[in-house]
Amino acid sequence: MSDVAAIRTEELTRIYKIRGGKKSDPKELVALKDVDIQVERGELFGLLGPNGAGKTTLIKVLTTLLAPTKGRAYVAGYDVIKDPHEIRSRINMVSGGEASGYGLLTVRENLWMFSQFYGIPSKAANQRIKELLEIVGLGDRLNTKSSDLSSGMRQKMNIVRGFMTDPEILFLDEPTLGLDVGAARDVRNFIRDWMRQEDERTILLTTHYMVEADELCDRVAIINQGKVLACDTPKALKRQLQQVVIFQLQVSPCTVTPGMFDGIQGVRNFNHAHEDGYTTMEFTLEEDDILPAVIHQLAERDIHLLNLDKRQPSLEDVFVHLVGMRMEEVERGETG
Amino acid sequence: MQAETSMAHQNGATRNLRAMGRSFLTAAWLGWQIESNWTDPFLFAIYSVVKPVSGAAILVVMYGIISGGDFDSPLFAYIFLGNAFYIYVGSVMTGVSWAVLDDREHYKTLKYIFIAPIHAPSYLMGRGVARFLTGTISVIVTIAAGMLFLNLQLDLRAVDWPLFFAALGMGVIMLANLGLLLAGVTLTIANHVWFVGDTVAGALYLFSGAIFPLDVLPVWLRPLGFAMPLTYWLELLRRSLVGDVAQAFPTLAGLSNAQLFAILIGLSLLFGILAFAIYRWCEHAARERGLIDMVTNY
Ligand SMILES: Nc1ncnc2c1ncn2[C@@H]1O[C@H](COP(=O)(O)OP(=O)(O)O)[C@@H](O)[C@H]1O
Ligand SMILES: [Mg+2]
Repeated sequence: MSDVAAIRTEELTRIYKIRGGKKSDPKELVALKDVDIQVERGELFGLLGPNGAGKTTLIKVLTTLLAPTKGRAYVAGYDVIKDPHEIRSRINMVSGGEASGYGLLTVRENLWMFSQFYGIPSKAANQRIKELLEIVGLGDRLNTKSSDLSSGMRQKMNIVRGFMTDPEILFLDEPTLGLDVGAARDVRNFIRDWMRQEDERTILLTTHYMVEADELCDRVAIINQGKVLACDTPKALKRQLQQVVIFQLQVSPCTVTPGMFDGIQGVRNFNHAHEDGYTTMEFTLEEDDILPAVIHQLAERDIHLLNLDKRQPSLEDVFVHLVGMRMEEVERGETG
Repeated sequence: MQAETSMAHQNGATRNLRAMGRSFLTAAWLGWQIESNWTDPFLFAIYSVVKPVSGAAILVVMYGIISGGDFDSPLFAYIFLGNAFYIYVGSVMTGVSWAVLDDREHYKTLKYIFIAPIHAPSYLMGRGVARFLTGTISVIVTIAAGMLFLNLQLDLRAVDWPLFFAALGMGVIMLANLGLLLAGVTLTIANHVWFVGDTVAGALYLFSGAIFPLDVLPVWLRPLGFAMPLTYWLELLRRSLVGDVAQAFPTLAGLSNAQLFAILIGLSLLFGILAFAIYRWCEHAARERGLIDMVTNY
């Protein structure tokens, strides 16, 4: 079976029907629209997009929790509609940012119970549970009731539940959501190590953290409003932006009016943020030569330049390039 | 080629059986952990002893008023035993369907269970086992209380034990199947369905001859009672325990024990097949509509 792709979708579409009042017709919400992706065995594949982009919906379809409205999806070569049973014994899934589990059971009992659903012999399961808990730093919590764990620890327990069954294909839905910086780093390291141990292991991970996608994933699909806009290695995605340059300026506090730089040819994109004691401006320019015109514009308005940085394009810039606004702006529901 | 296919079939079948076995046993273990998780044994006593006994006591008082205190009438044993065994309806049927809500809303594990290679009906029925055991305690306590304090005429030496256990076993399987049907319905309803199990159990209470013979019902409602396997189940239990007393009522008096049992098996089979089909359909619908990991937003 290893010659078939780990995951493949063809024009995968999912529409939610939202029933409002009794009388009104159900509204339709297109959560996924004609998604075509292919993830090879051994890949750590990232799905990057803002909240509401459709990431969880895609994971639900691939893990057989949710039926597609249109199109096809194959996991380990099996159709999610026709052969869900074949898929379920080969996968596992973890969603971040939620407190699932039986609070009245100990950590070991919670995990042991799930291992039994997968038919793992009890002794081997307990052994594996112990090892994995050690790695995520919960070794001393084996016999703690899971209701007594902090939410971060509970999430780590849930992560162990996902890895414990040694799935061929593992789905991680925002695995570091809600974790503190240290715990998130632990989890990322854990994911990386697990992938290194065997060549055929496959992970599909969703995130709305740019850095996570960048540093963790072999390939990244950028998704917004249910559509996959680009799909490549982080490096190749960023290379597309090589023809533009990005400058970050710190200037004296000022009011920024929309269209302030519209008069200057070659300003691809402009963002700003007010910080304590200064304003940060970020320009995506078609070439270096445009910078003087920008600085001139600032000087004319009595805005002083405090600091200037030229930086490499990030995945954030790729997103802005594709969508026309930043991910936080999409999440706040602003329109381009 | 042919041999290969049949081999594959066989492997599929054993794999299926294994999945059923481990789903059921693990769920039974989990159910027991949840059910026996009484941090306060006093609460456990109230739940499994005081509640059913006080329920029976209310019934007895009502009966006493209506009948003018005639506790020697066969009707008393009829009512008391029907009520006592009806505890199983609440515990087994509701226990199975409750698992869907509990896992989905409270523990938020239903999606993780449904993506695992389990056999979902076996899992859900397994979750009912613990409730069957606690229900059994309640039934025994209720009947013992009736014998000790309420002059319930039950001669343990005269009980037809083989018939009793056969009927009880058949009935519990039937109730678990009805629970599966309810679990399916619960799966397709997005919110606020805490009452579904209790409502169905309550409604059936009136139509299954639990506390009064079906003849008491209006003519047009009787067919409902006759279509329910519960009716024959309760009748068989009563007959096995108190024999003649139950036969004093005309409703099912024309039928022999064997006939009753045959009807119970037939109806249980019918409802069982129906329950599995409806459950499958509901699970499919829940996947279509994305309800398996739905959490009610209050
Ligand atoms: N069960 C549902 N019913 C209706 N709409 C839904 C449901 N689940 C998700 N949505 C909507 O579908 C879109 C995609 O959601 P989701 O897949 O959860 O996005 P993401 O995981 O990227 O944040 C959102 O607009 C969301 O509101
Ligand atoms: Mg999501």
